Amino acid sequence: MTVSPTLDERFRAAAAAANLLDVAFDVITDTPVGPLLVGVTDHGLCRISYDADAEHHLESLAKQFGPRVLRSPKPIEHVRRELDEYFEGRRRHFELATDIRGLSAYNQKVLAELAHVEYGHTTTYGALAALAGNPRAARAVGTIMNRNPIPIVLPCHRVVGVSGSLTGYAGGLDRKEQLLRLEGALL
Amino acid sequence: MIPPFETFYEEHRDEIYRFLERRLGRQRAEDAFQETFLRALRAYPRLHTSDHLRAWVFTIASRIVVDDFRRRRPNAELPELVTEDGRPAYEELAPLTDDLPPKQRAAIVLRYGYDLEYDEIGAALGSTEQAARQAASAGVRRLRKEKT
Repeated sequence: MTVSPTLDERFRAAAAAANLLDVAFDVITDTPVGPLLVGVTDHGLCRISYDADAEHHLESLAKQFGPRVLRSPKPIEHVRRELDEYFEGRRRHFELATDIRGLSAYNQKVLAELAHVEYGHTTTYGALAALAGNPRAARAVGTIMNRNPIPIVLPCHRVVGVSGSLTGYAGGLDRKEQLLRLEGALL
Repeated sequence: MIPPFETFYEEHRDEIYRFLERRLGRQRAEDAFQETFLRALRAYPRLHTSDHLRAWVFTIASRIVVDDFRRRRPNAELPELVTEDGRPAYEELAPLTDDLPPKQRAAIVLRYGYDLEYDEIGAALGSTEQAARQAASAGVRRLRKEKT
């Protein structure tokens, strides 16, 4: 005998309801940019990844937020809803709290500036670096974008090269282009 | 380092469920299953080592089986705490502790067999640090009396 899916889901829901998880995660399978792994803590959204294989995230989530990492759909329900609305073109601002506690102060500062880049607009690595205090740190900002733990919601797809070229995206340039087209920033 | 809970849970959920189902029947096993892993979650951040995780979760499950029996049939003889599944991990201490009441035995095995702290033992047994300490010392006193 193995654990029935019903009992398994019941435990996962109970674990979240009892507030016993450091990180609850689940995979949203049906988005236009492919499956997304989503993780939340009680502080907010802590991860979105285009790599939806949970195995690849468990260790790093545990290290950053604590060992009680468990797949549990309920706590990410509001993230799923806002992402759905975004992909349907009905949402331009996310109202999700984010949890980037584990990152360096500079990293957090850059991501905080990034969060202000508006829907349908783009900025450059250098401009973002300037906003974060050092206009010459474009390359460092590029690295931070590349390691952005919460893409889409922290909109690193809106950061492009000076010439307007898309430059790079951890999720692949196709997805960056797809998101910018969705927002009307690209025709 | 202890593994992420997801890994631990996936590794042990089926055998824990089988164990509980054999002891309690399907319906009661489902509640006991959830309670076992909720207790494990509560105690999990306080674990210092990934050694003996299997024995640890079997101990929690065994404790819940004992509680379940006690609740339903207060006067019935308690089932054996040590199970076929849990056996290998208990082996060294089993001959010494076989005659102890289940709670004292569990406390001693976890303290001296697995080196858990009393707060961890309390959490594993669904009681308190103080109760775990008392159960272990009562068990030790009893062993001293019996074995010397």
